Amino acid sequence: MPTPEINQENKKWLYFLGRNWTILFLLGEAIVFSWMGTGFFSIKNFQNILVASTTILLLAAGETFVIITGGIDLSVGFVMGLCCVISAKIMVTLQALGLSSVTCIAVGAGGTLLLGLLPGLVNGILVAKFRVPPFIATFGMYGIAYGVSEILCNSVPIAGLPALAGFIGNGYLLYYLPGQSFTWFSPPQGIAREEIRSLIPLFPNVFMLSLLAILIFAFILSRTPFGQHTYAIGGNIDAARRAGIPVDRHLIKVYMISSFFAALGGVMYTLRFVTGRADAGAARMLDSIAAVVIGGASLYGGTGNMIGSLIGTLIIGVLETGMVNLGLPTHNKYVYVGVILILAVLIDQFFPEFVEKGGI
Amino acid sequence: MTDKNTPLLEVKDIVKRFGGLVAVNRVSMEVYPGEVVGLLGDNGAGKSTLIKVVSGVYQPDEGEIYFEGEKVKINNPMDAIKLGIETLYQDLALAENLNVYSNIFLGREKVKNLLGAIPVLDHEYMMEESRKVLSHLGIEIPSLKNRIKNLSGGQRQSVAISRSVYWNAKLLILDEPTAALGVTEQKKVLDLVRTLSSQGVAVIIISHQLYDVFQVAHRLVVLRRGEKVGERLTKETNPDEIVGLMVGAELVEGSK
Amino acid sequence: MLLSELNPGQRFLLFLGKNWVVFFLLFLCVLFSFTGTGFLSPKTLNNILITSSPALLLAAGETFVIITGGIDLSVGFVRGLISVISAIIMRDLYAAGYSPYVAILWGIVVGIGIGLLPGLVNGILVAKFRVPPFIATLGIYGVANGFALRLSQGFPITFLPPEVGEIGNGFVAYFLPGKGYSFFKRPAGMLPEDMRNLIGVVPFAFLIALLFILIFAFILSRTPFGQHTYAIGGNIDAARRAGIPVDRHLIKVYMISSFFASLSGVLATLIFSIGAPTQFASSLELFAVAAVVIGGASLMGGKGSMLGTFLGVLVLSVLEIGFLMSGILPFYRYVAVGVTLIIAVLIDQSFPELVYD
Repeated sequence: MPTPEINQENKKWLYFLGRNWTILFLLGEAIVFSWMGTGFFSIKNFQNILVASTTILLLAAGETFVIITGGIDLSVGFVMGLCCVISAKIMVTLQALGLSSVTCIAVGAGGTLLLGLLPGLVNGILVAKFRVPPFIATFGMYGIAYGVSEILCNSVPIAGLPALAGFIGNGYLLYYLPGQSFTWFSPPQGIAREEIRSLIPLFPNVFMLSLLAILIFAFILSRTPFGQHTYAIGGNIDAARRAGIPVDRHLIKVYMISSFFAALGGVMYTLRFVTGRADAGAARMLDSIAAVVIGGASLYGGTGNMIGSLIGTLIIGVLETGMVNLGLPTHNKYVYVGVILILAVLIDQFFPEFVEKGGI
Repeated sequence: MTDKNTPLLEVKDIVKRFGGLVAVNRVSMEVYPGEVVGLLGDNGAGKSTLIKVVSGVYQPDEGEIYFEGEKVKINNPMDAIKLGIETLYQDLALAENLNVYSNIFLGREKVKNLLGAIPVLDHEYMMEESRKVLSHLGIEIPSLKNRIKNLSGGQRQSVAISRSVYWNAKLLILDEPTAALGVTEQKKVLDLVRTLSSQGVAVIIISHQLYDVFQVAHRLVVLRRGEKVGERLTKETNPDEIVGLMVGAELVEGSK
Repeated sequence: MLLSELNPGQRFLLFLGKNWVVFFLLFLCVLFSFTGTGFLSPKTLNNILITSSPALLLAAGETFVIITGGIDLSVGFVRGLISVISAIIMRDLYAAGYSPYVAILWGIVVGIGIGLLPGLVNGILVAKFRVPPFIATLGIYGVANGFALRLSQGFPITFLPPEVGEIGNGFVAYFLPGKGYSFFKRPAGMLPEDMRNLIGVVPFAFLIALLFILIFAFILSRTPFGQHTYAIGGNIDAARRAGIPVDRHLIKVYMISSFFASLSGVLATLIFSIGAPTQFASSLELFAVAAVVIGGASLMGGKGSMLGTFLGVLVLSVLEIGFLMSGILPFYRYVAVGVTLIIAVLIDQSFPELVYD
């Protein structure tokens, strides 16, 4: 049934609010925490939020594709852990062989990203060719990834990585010393002790790299036929098939995108914490799904986008950071995220979209 | 190759079996360009099966198919589509979450190159082309940016039909097009069928709504238990006779 | 496919396929009796029964929900929440001077009573507000965990009445070879050396769990309530039009699920003598779901049974204990579970429904 057309000013505002509530909520959160907390509203803190949210962001990005097709990927948390372990192991092994730090890290990262496509390939084949429900297929993969990663590291976090990894992982693109100079990639040379405090680092490496990947795929999702087909499959898989879209192959690619992002998350973790852990992504998996749903996607498929997932991630990220900043115990976070999640679904239901007026 | 007397589609002595069951038993029929043929029969009469043979979902066990005078083999749905045979089933195969022009171009999206190298959806082109085909068919839809789920049943039917027409369907097969529609919408769809016919598109309609079929079809073909039991020009028959044929009151070869 | 059209070989294959879980279970037992030391012993059996109790309870409740085509992700944390709540009540009443048995009783009753709330909320969200079950229960999962952590401040609740451990770890009957047997309590006049020879028969906790499972299995398979549950899973509109009060029914189903989660939490408190919120990334609910699916249910709803779930849980527990006793690194078990799950779905898909004639 067609949605009634909006032609009253008030109703238009209400609908605008309803459709864009996530951004407004995010802004509201930021304002509240800035007002109630100390030092919340600062460049450093905002960047902290971005870096801290990176894991959820990456997992959510991959999950967005999968959820739009009406599926779900429960394996991302442990695929991330697996890739974290793999990348660490590669880097450590190459370092022991005497290769330069740069090589170790490059091969470690690159190799992991490639290997990280495998779980997605398996997930995709199970879902597309064998019609295993995504929940089951990816849950199976979750178990397998967890098992394999624990075996690889003997359940002990891997250490001994090249120091360059940590430098990259915790570094910024730009360092700005007010009144004096700015440098790329590393803090200015010969900087005096007192000046370190006023040094302003900008653009955390980890976040920027992640952002790059996310922007590329956001573009793909919103502006290319591949993205269009992803939505079509989520909307009506039969229609997509009959329109000639190679649905099976497309689904496999979508799950590979998801596991690619999980792999990227694993590599980022390795760089940030200079260690390889099997449980790197464990706690973040459901958060990432929550972020995608809060951002406007429906688990039934067909709706959602990367911007929404980004906002959803930030809502959770700001909440966490804000609570820490205020000294609130973290366990309440679960309650809040849970409530926000449910609210998100309810709001999306009550505010159906505009019906466009205007000529053909 | 086609002159006025060559049928667009001709099926000769088609037989289709499933295990021990003969779903279609030596059925022959023709459809001429611009003609609307009503394919009628009770449930299980073989209408759907015959249609699926023509659209490539099934392969006939016996019999031949001629399209535009040439013998053809239709091994899968893509073959049928390539010939210009499009089938619209009841579920319409539209993606509810996408808008009108996206559905018309589904699977065949137009891209333009951004910065010379990156392929990107060309929304303006698709919207303009869709606008053209919709107005060509006399269909009114307020805005092409609306998603399918916000359209009425009749509007959706129109979009599905426009899609087939845009991609040069020569023969359009409609399976129960008016089944779920209200009276006003039914009329609109029937008007659309007449428009198609006047533009040279051949249409086969399967429907239980005899009244509707009588409104638009030039010719009626009746199947019963897999066999063709009658064929009449619409203006030379009436609903009672047709029902009689469907149900089995008589078995008579009709006139052409 | 008609039953009569199959030759004996095909019928056998079909029988294998439809009942593959039982055969798989037997196969595992045989396998582990070779690779593990002392696998086939009453002690191991008790171990398996005790280990599977929490999963069994969660899976039992989950069965109802999954049959309606939904899912309940909150059970793991509801279990933790109720474990904490019941422990707090037991501790505080005991400290206030009430008899231990009274404290325990109230702890159990109130714990389970409060435990129905998450289910009520889940059910209302799903039925009245049409929130997808995945989301609704995910939200409640967070809320439950949050409350559990807040109530416990992150620390396990201790100082429970000592009788808690007796009940929680007790057996229905005790058998001391050559000396005697007794019910509910250890035989009187038992010497310390006898402890090793003491055989406990039927862990009390397991019995309670089994009792409720049997009751609800009966409800599921033999009453109109159960029938309606399947109907809703099969075709919710048809169920509605047949006059089934679908919304109320769904609420009850989610309350059943959280009832079992609370029961599991209460039992956990009794067995471990502490109340503890569930660990970080709890996978209990996912394993419960896995067990239900291995047991033959479909996530689309309409299929499944308590017996199947029971077997599914056993398979998972046998895998876990078997791996442990065979000295295989426990993490291989995750791999095995994952693979088993996928195989379960594939097998269920390849064996179409029989048509009787």
